[in-house]
Amino acid sequence: MTWFREHFADVLSLAGQHAYLAGVPLVLGLLIALPLGWVACRYRALYPFLIIGTGLLYTIPSLALFIMLPLLLPTKILDPRNVVVAMTIYSVALLVRTVADGLGSVPDAVNQSATAMGYKRVRRFTSVELPLAVPVISAGLRVAAVSNVSIVSVATLIGVSQLGSLFTDGFSRAFLDPIIVGVVACVLLALLFDLAILGVTRLATPWQRAGKASA
Amino acid sequence: MIRFDAVSKHYPDGTRAVDDLSFEAPTGQITVLVGPSGCGKTTSLRMINRMIKPTGGRIWIDDQDTAQMDEAQLRRGIGYVIQHAGLFPHRTIVANIATVPMLLGWDKHKAEARALELLERVGLPPSFAKRYPAQLSGGQQQRVGVARALAADPPVMLMDEPFSAVDPVVREQLQDEFLRLQGDLGKTIVFVTHDIEEAIKLGDQVAVLRGGGNLAQLSDPAHLLAHPVDDFVADFVGRDRGYRALSFQESPQFPLAPEPSVPLGAAPAQAAAAARDGWVLVTDEARRPLGWIEPARIMAPIRPEMLQRGGTVATAGGPLRNALDAALSSPSRRGVIVDDQGALLGTVRAYEVLAEIEGRARPELDQADVEGSGLQPAAEPPG
Repeated sequence: MTWFREHFADVLSLAGQHAYLAGVPLVLGLLIALPLGWVACRYRALYPFLIIGTGLLYTIPSLALFIMLPLLLPTKILDPRNVVVAMTIYSVALLVRTVADGLGSVPDAVNQSATAMGYKRVRRFTSVELPLAVPVISAGLRVAAVSNVSIVSVATLIGVSQLGSLFTDGFSRAFLDPIIVGVVACVLLALLFDLAILGVTRLATPWQRAGKASA
Repeated sequence: MIRFDAVSKHYPDGTRAVDDLSFEAPTGQITVLVGPSGCGKTTSLRMINRMIKPTGGRIWIDDQDTAQMDEAQLRRGIGYVIQHAGLFPHRTIVANIATVPMLLGWDKHKAEARALELLERVGLPPSFAKRYPAQLSGGQQQRVGVARALAADPPVMLMDEPFSAVDPVVREQLQDEFLRLQGDLGKTIVFVTHDIEEAIKLGDQVAVLRGGGNLAQLSDPAHLLAHPVDDFVADFVGRDRGYRALSFQESPQFPLAPEPSVPLGAAPAQAAAAARDGWVLVTDEARRPLGWIEPARIMAPIRPEMLQRGGTVATAGGPLRNALDAALSSPSRRGVIVDDQGALLGTVRAYEVLAEIEGRARPELDQADVEGSGLQPAAEPPG
């Protein structure tokens, strides 16, 4: 605990960095997954290809991806943007299926009546399909958020600092305190992400609670 | 007016959902498409607003070819009601109703004011405005569905089995209110159902479809019951058609027998004194019939739970079917006839109603003979 008190400011800044490296890709990943998921849901023949294709991305070992990206991108090896891109790829891998299934969960009668009311395609997507897919997408986002928080720590190995740096630090000095603090901080951060997503979801879906209250 | 001009829908696999269908749905009237499942009635309905594109023929609304119109514009001008209402679960009731006005770019306040007006019009309290669809019963959701379809005051409405998913009592209420509403609004309505009873009750004209979207018969309900063109239609309109046809004949001024009645709380002796043939009618303060009672079987003043409520009542001047049913269902065999306020006028017996029916010429027979059933489509080959 003494170590933690002395290094509180460092831990906080590492946590901030960690949150950035895990959080920004989550948002970017969602933005990319939305159109892909829509295509997978709309054109059923493409569904297996898109889902399996993007799903496979998740199986690329993170360390390999961190190291390979600077070769493919005009970035230097120590550039944190490599991590952002890699994490975005993982987020997309997890979210495409979620978005496709979320859009697929919208009742057919609702889509039919939206079309029959005279909604055009884009507006139907933004004002009917997407809001109704929020509960399913939110569940997928929570998984992706936790996964991101966990994977980001590997980035220490390519010299991008975040909470994972505490693990290598503790390991190299055979000193347990930073490792424990790092693990606890990661868990808290994941919890924070989870709460934030839950909170936004609640705000976006007042109709869900109304439905349950009467049922 | 909606006109089908040799409309077909053939699928690539060779299925013919609709084949060479031609008919007209007149302005301000309800045209019901009825038939067994798979007869192409829903496909036909959805081709009107181009949810399904015909593979042949044309559909006209007034003098506009729907194929030439912008799809979204066409649909915003057509009210659409489906089974289970298809409301947007994530929007409040008032927002659901205001959907089309908002799409048409109305001012938000105007759209909401219109939605509240319609909420009242379909018989729902203003307190429902801010609720979500899941908080309403099936019947209430269906009312909201109707209100939503009416929001932008479209001249044309399409209704796809709108009342099939609710229980029979609610269905009948919804049907009655729908007819009342249509009496005020006079929309051009195409209504799809598989229920011939509903078709006959609601339709100004009824189109019976057989498999593959073939028009078997198109005529007004009374004529359809009296003159099915072939075995298919005869089977489809069902066994009770002679009885059902009485729905379209008004009762005359029956020579009503005065019926003594007693109030709730009357003593057995008082009831016995008033009874005829062992039965006496119990009415409320406004002389509205509550039920029958056998004074010989009661020992205490009359309480509501003692009443025999099996008998129906018929309104004077209403359909003959109701008068006959009142007589047939009455435990005393005396059919109760009431005035428009529901107050007792007297009773009529089944043989008196039957005598009236027997004595009547059947006007629909004459019409068929004279017109050569002109309301029907081009003759089908027999068999």
